[in-house]
Amino acid sequence: MNYTPQDFKSDQEVRWCPGCGNHAILNAVLKALPEVSKQLKYNLERYVFVSGIGCSSRFPYYVNTFGFHGIHGRATAIATGVKVANPNLSVWLVTGDGDALAIGGNHLIHAVRRNIDINILLFNNQIYGLTKGQYSPTSPLGAITKTSPFGTVEHPFRPGELVIGAQGKFFARSLDVDVKLTAEVMLEAAKHDGTSVVVILQNCVIFNDGAYNYITDREYRDDRVIVLRHGEKMIFGKNRDKGLILSGLSLKVVTIGQGGFTMDDILVHDAYNPNPGIHMMLANMEYPDFPVALGVIRNVKDSTYDDNVRDQVLEVMKTAKIKSVDDLLNSGDTWEV
Amino acid sequence: MDKQKSVQELDEVVVRFSGDSGDGMQLTGTLFADASALFGNDVSTFPDYPSEIRAPQGTIGGVSGFQVHFGSQKVNTPGDYCDVLVAMNPAALKVNAKWVKRGGMIIVDADHFNEKGYQRAGYKTFDAVAELNLQDYKVIFAPITSLTKESLKDSGLDNKSIIRSKNMFALGVVYHIFGRPLNFTEKFFEKKFAKKPEVIEANKKVLRDGYNYASNIQAIASTYKVMQASTLPKGKYRNINGNTATAWGLMAAAEKAGLPLFCGSYPITPATDILIELAKRKDLGVKTLQAEDEIAGICTAIGASYAGNFAVTTTSGPGLSLKSESLGLAVMTELPLVIVDVQRGGPSTGLPTKTEQSDLMQALWGRNGEAPMVVIAASTPSNCFDFAFMAGKIAMEHMTPVLLLTDGYIANGSEPWRIPSMKDYPDIKPPIVPKGTEGYMPYARDEKRLARGWAFPGKKGIAHRVGGLEKDFLKGTVSHDPINHQRMVDIRAAKVQRVQEFIPEQQVIGDAEGDLLVIGWGGTYGHLYDAVQEMRAKGKKVSLCHFNYINPMPKNVADIFSRFRKRVVCELNMGQFANHLRMNYQQFNYLQYNKVQGLPFTVVELVEKFNQILEGK
Repeated sequence: MNYTPQDFKSDQEVRWCPGCGNHAILNAVLKALPEVSKQLKYNLERYVFVSGIGCSSRFPYYVNTFGFHGIHGRATAIATGVKVANPNLSVWLVTGDGDALAIGGNHLIHAVRRNIDINILLFNNQIYGLTKGQYSPTSPLGAITKTSPFGTVEHPFRPGELVIGAQGKFFARSLDVDVKLTAEVMLEAAKHDGTSVVVILQNCVIFNDGAYNYITDREYRDDRVIVLRHGEKMIFGKNRDKGLILSGLSLKVVTIGQGGFTMDDILVHDAYNPNPGIHMMLANMEYPDFPVALGVIRNVKDSTYDDNVRDQVLEVMKTAKIKSVDDLLNSGDTWEV
Repeated sequence: MDKQKSVQELDEVVVRFSGDSGDGMQLTGTLFADASALFGNDVSTFPDYPSEIRAPQGTIGGVSGFQVHFGSQKVNTPGDYCDVLVAMNPAALKVNAKWVKRGGMIIVDADHFNEKGYQRAGYKTFDAVAELNLQDYKVIFAPITSLTKESLKDSGLDNKSIIRSKNMFALGVVYHIFGRPLNFTEKFFEKKFAKKPEVIEANKKVLRDGYNYASNIQAIASTYKVMQASTLPKGKYRNINGNTATAWGLMAAAEKAGLPLFCGSYPITPATDILIELAKRKDLGVKTLQAEDEIAGICTAIGASYAGNFAVTTTSGPGLSLKSESLGLAVMTELPLVIVDVQRGGPSTGLPTKTEQSDLMQALWGRNGEAPMVVIAASTPSNCFDFAFMAGKIAMEHMTPVLLLTDGYIANGSEPWRIPSMKDYPDIKPPIVPKGTEGYMPYARDEKRLARGWAFPGKKGIAHRVGGLEKDFLKGTVSHDPINHQRMVDIRAAKVQRVQEFIPEQQVIGDAEGDLLVIGWGGTYGHLYDAVQEMRAKGKKVSLCHFNYINPMPKNVADIFSRFRKRVVCELNMGQFANHLRMNYQQFNYLQYNKVQGLPFTVVELVEKFNQILEGK
């Protein structure tokens, strides 16, 4: 299973806008897949990329694997069918904030609830790009777009809250510009059995340019994001001197060495904790009160839908008296004429 | 037993059980039908029930009925009118009295014909016989509820359970009238209540007491005998309804193709029983996914088909509306898929528990773009098996979605079925692409069927991408080229049309030429058949041309149509198939007979209509 990124590159011309964040995410996927293949011993033909509609959903054309470009919002359902039909496949779903959270919201929460073993890459640019600039379910309240010339009047979804609220077992976040981190969380998502949701904050260079500058800009990125890793202290900042503590029932940012706080007071990230409480708080942290959490926020083991389907069928078949359609047709009450 | 009673022999009888929707009439009717079938009669049934699970007790809206037609000859319909009506309350009598043959027998539960019962059912008087003009009928007022209480007073069952057993008392009465053996039903109790011996005994007792009651009362002066059906072909039989037959036909297709069956579906009346039946069949490896909605039902199926399962989705009219966009995706990706639409009364939520044939145009055309699809229709409860099988065969061998239409009437109706053997069914050989195929082109086609190959993920060397965007003619990559789009639209249409080469010629029942050709499709077969036979017996030059293959239609249709002076298209909608024929065979004129009352045709109304046409009225 020794592949290079080049092996996963398709012959199709990539048609996203120059400067679009999707290019970097594609690079992260091309970087992650050889590593996934190596660690999990997957052949190239084992991968299926499924997508819906939107800029992000052109993705399957650009990877040299099996691919299915579906219809708007339904990629989750299509991917579910693929995985149940053949649980050996490594199924990846590429979707956007409109595709996954507006038209496909229902399918998303049910996939998460069932915990089907698929990896969902949700590119969140807070805008509809392919239809040229309308607000999405993640656009901030008041966002001025083509369909909200006076600002939106609706509250946005917070994808992490939604996923964890739907009993999500794996939630991670990354930035399009951080190819290394994105590839790292993708590998973790692939290793996780169950629905893995990876939200990638992605810049739409045409219709919502700079939406994430406040955290992607090199100058202040380290002070405004925190990269969480299981078992490590929740520390961030250019000088690695800020950390998160639990104050009462809420998280709080403190500076180590100030106000009497020492390294010992700083929380250790436990992604494996089944209790979603802290994970939900971490996922919901927003600038400027908090750093934005990146990395794997939640990673909890549970049985998966596809395994359960397969196991139940195998269990029933073991002791089945009916072994063919002929057996079935002749079962129950019959009579001779 | 009762020696004074005379025994009359009849060729056929229709019995209708009716009561509150909580009175267990569906079970009572089913047990009577099963007992008759096991006894050796031919049988046809018609469950007719409201969409409320428990409407207010004793009201017109809550009346549930189950009609059983059984005979010593081939029985093709559940019968227009009944010889015996069982009515468990005044509301049931009010709703169903019009369906009793003049002079027929009506057995009512006298205990409910009191002030309260009459009022709830909206009678103007307290005399049902006079108010409903039943003076010429044999109306038997039997105190069924109080006799059931008396029968089970020492059973140890609670009062509610005792009262609930009154349907078995009524069944016992009817068993006596038709000299049916009790043992089939007793065996049913033993199986159903295996863990509750006291319930088995109570049901057996009340059934016998009903039987004995009928033999002792003078009001039932004679009993009837319906001989075993001798005209049925020899063989092993079972009872089957349309939904079960559909589920089994899909499984048969999966078995013949050597692929697992996947069903993604969302519960909807009257199609749910197909999903229920498939969910039971894990023993045969069936995977069912109860989806979060209709769209997920079909989309999981499309995903499963892409991954190499034989995938199906089951629904009824409103669900088909929700699946429209996804049907287009299946057309575009050219993946095998069977969509079963068990039609019900529409539009919108319409009449969920009643039958209709009004989804035909939606099945043929209900998609954006030029999106042709194979459409076939089953016409009897048991042949749902054959057409579900054929839907699977066509879908997998021709790489196309196939829409199978049934309807509430044949889906819930049952009949005895000579059990087929799978060795008599044709092979199914989908064009599965072997791994490592050199120069694999996702949209290259075989010349015979114009079907593309089916390339499962997981196979080395044939990785490819499909999707809803227009495809390049060979490579299947995205193409916006104008000429390519024209070619693809043309070839998708040609592929569906090519199915015509693989379906049987259209048959005519009766002479190949005559004065009137009766044309029908789908679940109206039994009624049209009986009506045509009745007219032919009187020397009328009438034949029947009943369709199962709707798109494409068999090759010889125009030839058949040209040999008759007149053609009348009969369907349970306002003329959808007639218009389909007008579009495809414009050289002919078509008369229409349409009905949208949520009910099947009656043979009587059909014969009357056909006579009018022949007389030039």
